[in-house]
Amino acid sequence: MKYVDEFRQPELIRKTAEEIRRVADPARQYHIMEICGGHTHAIYRFGLKDILPENIDLIHGPGCPVCVLPMGRIDDGLAIASRPGVIFAAFGDMMRVPGTHGSPLEHKARGMDVRIVYSPSDALKLARQNPDQHVMFFAIGFETTAPSTALTLQRAKKEGLRNFSVFCNHVTIIPAIRAILDSPDMRLDGFIGPGHVSTVIGCRPYEWIAKNENKPIVISGFEPLDLLQSILMLLRQLRAGEAKVENQYKRVVTWEGNPAALRAMADVFQLRPYFEWRGMGFIPESALSLREEYADWDAERRFEVPGIRVTDPKAAQCGEVLRGVLKPAQCRLFGNECTPEHPVGALMVSAEGSCAAYFSYEHRKTELTTLNAPA
Amino acid sequence: MCLAIPGKVLEISAENASLALVDVMGVRRHVDLGLLEDDRPAPGDWVLIHVGYAMSKISEQDALEQMRTLEMLGEREGAMQEVRGYGLEEAPGKTPATKSPA
Repeated sequence: MKYVDEFRQPELIRKTAEEIRRVADPARQYHIMEICGGHTHAIYRFGLKDILPENIDLIHGPGCPVCVLPMGRIDDGLAIASRPGVIFAAFGDMMRVPGTHGSPLEHKARGMDVRIVYSPSDALKLARQNPDQHVMFFAIGFETTAPSTALTLQRAKKEGLRNFSVFCNHVTIIPAIRAILDSPDMRLDGFIGPGHVSTVIGCRPYEWIAKNENKPIVISGFEPLDLLQSILMLLRQLRAGEAKVENQYKRVVTWEGNPAALRAMADVFQLRPYFEWRGMGFIPESALSLREEYADWDAERRFEVPGIRVTDPKAAQCGEVLRGVLKPAQCRLFGNECTPEHPVGALMVSAEGSCAAYFSYEHRKTELTTLNAPA
Repeated sequence: MCLAIPGKVLEISAENASLALVDVMGVRRHVDLGLLEDDRPAPGDWVLIHVGYAMSKISEQDALEQMRTLEMLGEREGAMQEVRGYGLEEAPGKTPATKSPA
């Protein structure tokens, strides 16, 4: 906790950490999953593990959209963009993600027209500016990002802009949580719920986790104090034998979510019957495709898609790490064959992936001075 | 990926009510307000921005704290790069020749 005094309200952070130690039962081991990749990044960056008691184990969930995207989808998107006159537009996060024959950036070096955009709207603008070419936006992201793609598609349709399409890889978080809870080696006690996904979907979609699975979940903000408070709220529930959905991030997340965003998504998207996740296999109704009304803007309908399937490398143990059965460093490839520079498995691909975060921060841990925990 | 960047709404576009000029850490960019159509922000309001779209209204205090969080996460530069990259323009080339009052 090099930064603890730089944090807002350091005294409150220390008090919350003390309260966590007081509430946690020293006789038991806690396995808590933070679902969101942004939380994973924050937990490592802030060195939060160093101020948590050792019997609280944070497990890094599937909420990193770049990480869970199967390589075959990248290959498919690049295959479409290899046609003459097609511009491949994507967020910067996608540019270094490897496909079978290289990343989008490497394809650009070989002559493909690849553009970084910072907003789906900018991909639309690119289409307006290049009427003789076709702009394909390679869309990724959870419910945080999907509404922006939806609004962009609504605009494209309204404008009748025909040289624009979306190659849709949007995924939804709830089925991924269900898949983790359904796995036979699951041993989680509770969840830190995603912050920004929940600004869109609200808190209601998590209720089954509490009611049916008897696991507490607390929607959390991203500051150190937010995350510690959320962990404390989970421990209090566990101590009281409760399982509820609680919202620690009330300053941004409402119970009902963002109705305008949900409307836009419902208008444009439908659930795919199933979708493959890297490290997790096929998960039913876990991803979005474009509705029939938007078929003209659906890259998968407008172009022939090879439907490339690349199986996850067998030696990589991403699935076990995702379910919390293994720590990142326990994977047989971690740090030798699989590194952020040369990612083999899904979780090493993006800085928000648990293996990449672990690699970047735990390996430099000696630089961090540990906060002396009260004895 | 899921950066949420705070910005202060400066003005709403006269031609397109779902487009606003927003000040993000000193950079002025157009941001889409389409996802907040049920609760439209006014000039002076703070919003959280994700991929060029305002996602939610927040208080000024929360906005300042969010900037601090980005700073602590080492993501300030990434956020600025994202914001500078927004190329959203006003009235995207389809302003009718004759302005008919709606």
